[in-house]
Amino acid sequence: MSLEKFLNRAVSSWMSQEGPDSDIVLSSRIRLARNIVDYEFPTVFSNEEAQQIVNIFEQHFSQQSCRSLGRFELLKMNELQPIEKRVLVEKHLISPHLAEDCPFGACLLSENEEVSIMINEEDHIRIQCLFPGFQLTEALEMANELDDWIEWYVNYAFDEKRGYLTSCPTNVGTGLRASVMMHLPALILTQQMNRIIPAINQLGLVVRGTYGEGSEALGNIFQISNQITLGKSEEDIVEDLKSVVQQLIAQERMAREALVKTLNIQLEDRVFRSYGILANSRVIESKEAAQCLSDVRLGIDLGYIRNISRNILNELMILTQPGFLQQYAGGALRPNERDVLRARLIRERLKMEERKAMEGDEA
Amino acid sequence: MICQECKQRPATMHFTKIINGEKTEIHLCEHCAQEHGNVFMFPENSGFSIHNLLSGLLNFESPIKETMPNAFQGMDLLQCERCNMTYHQFTKIGRFGCSHCYHAFAKQLQPILKRLHSGNTIHAGKIPKRIGGTIHVRKQIEQLKQRLQELIMKEEFEKAAEVRDQIRSLEAQLSEHGEGE
Repeated sequence: MSLEKFLNRAVSSWMSQEGPDSDIVLSSRIRLARNIVDYEFPTVFSNEEAQQIVNIFEQHFSQQSCRSLGRFELLKMNELQPIEKRVLVEKHLISPHLAEDCPFGACLLSENEEVSIMINEEDHIRIQCLFPGFQLTEALEMANELDDWIEWYVNYAFDEKRGYLTSCPTNVGTGLRASVMMHLPALILTQQMNRIIPAINQLGLVVRGTYGEGSEALGNIFQISNQITLGKSEEDIVEDLKSVVQQLIAQERMAREALVKTLNIQLEDRVFRSYGILANSRVIESKEAAQCLSDVRLGIDLGYIRNISRNILNELMILTQPGFLQQYAGGALRPNERDVLRARLIRERLKMEERKAMEGDEA
Repeated sequence: MICQECKQRPATMHFTKIINGEKTEIHLCEHCAQEHGNVFMFPENSGFSIHNLLSGLLNFESPIKETMPNAFQGMDLLQCERCNMTYHQFTKIGRFGCSHCYHAFAKQLQPILKRLHSGNTIHAGKIPKRIGGTIHVRKQIEQLKQRLQELIMKEEFEKAAEVRDQIRSLEAQLSEHGEGE
């Protein structure tokens, strides 16, 4: 498979499009957890119940469309190959839990991959909307519409006092988790992040590395989300997160300006060294790749590097993970083979950018 | 103090039951308390057990429990009558078995929710459209009933009669939906 063809199939809209403040906020996500009344939660439900829930979605939602989203496709976990599932996880469309531990799990995916509805994960239904850039309000609006669309066919487990009932009490109430992925290289370089994280935690928000709890912040990418789901309205939860994100954006921009002023040439050097590694290396581990991609992306944002599209960080961070590399290779790879293929994929992707830039110059 | 059930062993479990303002105190030994587990499953002043619940919830196991096995037996017998999940199972896996568990473990859940959601225990967000209608009507009825009491206190009986009629018509609406009571 050629790289271009692979990219066309692999890249979802949030990776390739730009949204507001996308120099710092890579993506915004809303997740709503819902359960169907009269069915036991996935913690204990029987195989028959699980199958009935999948049937409801197959009957009413598969191949249907909602708003401008195009048709939804129902993917059943037990019908997918391990590599296919892994790719969905690496694209953040499904959780590792759904891929690995849920035999009756399924996923209702919109054509542009902006929306994925996980079925029979920790809760019966988890609606997820993923938008490029800083668009939490827009994502919440869409999630609400999908929620109403689904409620047309099923009765939700809801309690006047406790709200939407979820299998874990950490999600009860709104069932809402709002999160943003942020690229914060300057706050790391200026060593401010260690001071900022506890402050954010005190506001009832959680800061994590890219791949959820406990994962380290590869490529200076952080995920910030709400902790509290009960006692606040959906709009308030999103507004509170937004105000913190806006402050972080301002802090990061200030730190970037300060860096440019104080160590201009050193920073430029660092950016181009990283570019050199990505453009020339023959073997590269994911951690080094993530760090270099972060530097190059910062270089693009600061204007040191031109003619490379900004979303290369989002895209390559996703595409250089083991699952994608194996899909690109068309089979299983040993870790050292992955490192070789990762280096090749990045080199070719950068060459594609050079070609695009040259064609642009000629026209 | 001697256990009032077997009248042999010392009473180590003390229960206070308040029904319609009438207070009864019961003093039992661990053995008899265990036998009465389903009757006295809600120890009133169980500050230490809240800790246990939280550690159970957050760490998925409770170290306190290992050292004090008897103190929590009343809690273990608590079970959701719909999905049969016991409270003990819930503290181990941190997830409920069904929506009814929220009612079955309501009392234990209150402090957990407070802790998890910064002191909040009452939903303030979206209400689903379909069952939402009756919830709105019920809330309206509650407010009108309060108003009715106020009007009766003030001896404004004509207005009170109007409010009473409003309540009746709303209640009629509810029972039409088949969701009265």
